[in-house]
This record gives sequence, C-alpha cells and structure tokens, in this order.
Amino acid sequence: MKKKLFGLAAAIALGAFVGAAQAEEVLRIGVEGAYPPFSEKTASGEVVGFDIDIAKALCAEMGRKCVMVEQDWDGMIPALRARKFDAIIASMSITEERKKKVDFTNKYYNTPARFVARKGADFEPTPEGLKGKVVGVQRGTIHQCYMEKHFPDVKLNLYDTQDAVNLDLVAGRIDAVLADAIALDDGFLKTERGKGFAFLGGDQIDPQCFGEGAGIAVRKGDDKLREAFNKAIAAIRANGTYKKINDKYFAFDIYGD
Amino acid sequence: MEFDLIFKNIDLFFQGTWMTLRLLFFSLLIGGTLSIPLAIARATRHRWFNRPVWMFTYFFRGTPLLVQTYLVYNGLSQFDFIRESILWTVLRDAYWCALIAFSLNTCAYTTEILRGFIETTPRGEIEAARAAGMGPWLRMRRIILPSAFRRALPAYSNEVIFMLHGSAIASVITLMDILGAGRTLNARYYLAFEGFLTSAVFYLTITFMLTAIFRQLERKLNKHLYPRIATS
Repeated sequence: MKKKLFGLAAAIALGAFVGAAQAEEVLRIGVEGAYPPFSEKTASGEVVGFDIDIAKALCAEMGRKCVMVEQDWDGMIPALRARKFDAIIASMSITEERKKKVDFTNKYYNTPARFVARKGADFEPTPEGLKGKVVGVQRGTIHQCYMEKHFPDVKLNLYDTQDAVNLDLVAGRIDAVLADAIALDDGFLKTERGKGFAFLGGDQIDPQCFGEGAGIAVRKGDDKLREAFNKAIAAIRANGTYKKINDKYFAFDIYGD
Repeated sequence: MEFDLIFKNIDLFFQGTWMTLRLLFFSLLIGGTLSIPLAIARATRHRWFNRPVWMFTYFFRGTPLLVQTYLVYNGLSQFDFIRESILWTVLRDAYWCALIAFSLNTCAYTTEILRGFIETTPRGEIEAARAAGMGPWLRMRRIILPSAFRRALPAYSNEVIFMLHGSAIASVITLMDILGAGRTLNARYYLAFEGFLTSAVFYLTITFMLTAIFRQLERKLNKHLYPRIATS
C-alpha cells in the first residue's frame, strides 16, 4: 500500500514537473482587452483585436506557442516584472520613462494622439482654452504624461480603462478626452455611443511623452526574446501578414513611416 | 523601493488625505444623523415603521459598497431623464456620488448598531423613567438614546474604521483620495507597490488616530460601565 502511494506521489510529482517544463515553452503575452479596436472582449469573453492578431502572427512567425494573459492597464508593467507573463503586446508606446523599467522591441505601429469633445465644442485644446474644463485620460498612459506636462492647470480625471473615459464623456462629466486617434475613431466616434462627438484640434506632438510608437515590452535584459520579436516584426512586415491584419481593421497603414 | 519618488510626490498623498478625511467626515455626519430616526423606527414593533427601514438596511448591508458606488456613479448617469434633470448638477460630480453612496451605506450599518443598543436598554432604566412620569418620547430622548449612544460607542468606532477603509473605493470613480494618490504615483512611474505601500502607511496613521480618539471618548463617557479599581 505504502509503495503504491509512493509510486502515485512520484507519478504526480513527475507529471507536475513535466507540466512545468512544457509550460516554459509557452510564451505568455500580457494583453489588455478594453482598448478597441486594438484589443477588446467579445460577448463570449474572448479577447480579440489588432494587438491580439499581431501577437498571434508574431508567435506563428517565431514558431512558438503563445497564451494571452489579460491584465488591467495600470498593472501591466509591474505584472511583466513579476513574471506573470513574458511580453506585453498592448499598444504600449515606447517612452523614456517606461524604458527605465522594461526593454522594448522596435515599434509595430505608430499613431498620433488627439482630443475628442462634443461636436461644435466652443473651446480649443490649448492651456487657455481648456481652463475650467475637465479632461479625462486613462491612468498610466502617455496621455496622462502629456496632460500633466502641458496642461498642469487643467483638471484631469484618471480612469482604469479607455471605455470608462468614453463613458464619462458621454455622460457629460468630462468635457474632452485625450487618447490615441485610432482608438478614439474606431473604438468610439464610429460607434453608436460616439454620435455627437468629434475630434478637437489636430495631432498632439511631444516626443518625450509619446515616444516613438507602440512596441512590445519585455523584461530588462531579455534580449533573446526582444531580438526574436524584432525579427518576427520585420518578417510579417515583409511577407504581407502585417498588411492583411492592418487592412482587417484600418483603411490605411498604421505602421507610420 | 524608490523612496525618492515617494518623497517627491508626497504632496499627492497629503491632498489625498484631505479628500479621504472630507469624504469620511461628511458621510459619517450625514449617515449618522439619518440613522437616529431610522434606528428608532426600526426598534418599534410597528410594522409600517419597522419594515421599510429593515428593507433599506438589508439592501445596503447586503450589497458591496463598490457595487453601490457604481450604481450611483455609472448606473444613474445612463438615464437621459436624470442627466436632464436638476439631479444631474449633483450626480455629475464624482465627489457627490461617492458621498451619497458612502452616507447611505454607513447609515444602514449605524442604524442596525443603534437599533441593537436601543432594544437592549436595561429595563431598570426604562422603569425608573416611567416611574418618574416620563412619556415615551421624553424617555427616548432623555434616557434610551443617550444610554444607547454610550454603549454603542465601541461598535460604532469599528464602523468608522470600516468606513475609512471603504472610502478607498472613491479612487475607482476618479477621486484623488489616498489610494487614488498611490495609484497615480504607481501609474506615473510604472511602479508596482511604492504607491500602495505609502497609501497603507497613511491609512494606518489615520486608523491609529481614530482609535485613540474613540478610546478617549469611551473612557470619558462610559466610565460608569467599567469595574472600579480600588486605589490604595
């Protein structure tokens, strides 16, 4: 009996060990799931979107098995550093402040940031124009950085998700939002909820806050994975996979120049 | 640990403390005041008074404060007629939404605490008041309520501390309370726990001060309830 039990325990332990060894082969990718059209959740709970398709294409290109791990935006970098996943593919802009914590691949797309407000809004997106107004951004984004740097006197509301920002814009609690132009256009303005709203002013520019586009974040020193991603990004750009995914969501090439 | 970033942004936490204390004070004030008539109604045997209050406390004690806050903040704003009504001038503001949800929540708990102590007023006190010729209202005002307040103090101090901790929910509806300051610090520098740790220290300090205040109050008001220690 004892022997049998021991054998069973050994088998379980071995199984767990093999399981762990296999699990290491799987690349875990942190995604957000509340940032349409880049990543959003379907009614059945599946995460879909541009980021997800790019992640899958890169994994296929690298010949690795991947799983998507959902994570709230403001805990994304801490979770990567805590090894909850191995890379972040969540429209994360490559900025100096973030580079202190993680390493980035080359960009996989680059789109500008813009304001959105109610159609016919009678103010300009300048420090004077926004005086007395309330602007909403997602917490921990390049847009928070930009607002705090250039509009220190404007009241800023911070939200957990871009969806929550848009919700409060519709409710009328905030006068304008600052976010990625594509995310605002496809994720909000073109939807039913976004009726009656429009872009306010042009592209906002600040390389220090906005960085050089969205890249894939990996843990500091994880050069092997970073290089593999870089190669895969170049490969899907060259072989037309990127274009196919791009065209599924957007009318123009969002890779930028 | 990046202590320099905490110190550089310590102002955030002091502003957050001010917000947390304001929310705490006013929700306790509003909730506490409302709870007195409700507790009296709840303690009566009359069904018409007792039942509605029971339903109110059952709802607010039976659902999480987070859900109640979301219902006030995101729920009510979904209706056009509310957004177009005079109510919106109040509900538009996240601070008021939090204050309404917190006040109703603490009101429900305080009502039940107070009700318990009203019902367990020593019979002798009531009999003595009756013998002195006091009517039911005078009895309630002069004897039962003051006695219930004193005996409820330890239980109520718990409620106050729960409310302090519950007020951290304000940060999910954009208010910059202590936790909001911590999350902003984390978000600004992509930190994992410096902001949370600093928030925890601030909450601990406030809790410490609150317990000290209540201990003093208990010592002063409930002196007659403690066994006397012989001094020789």
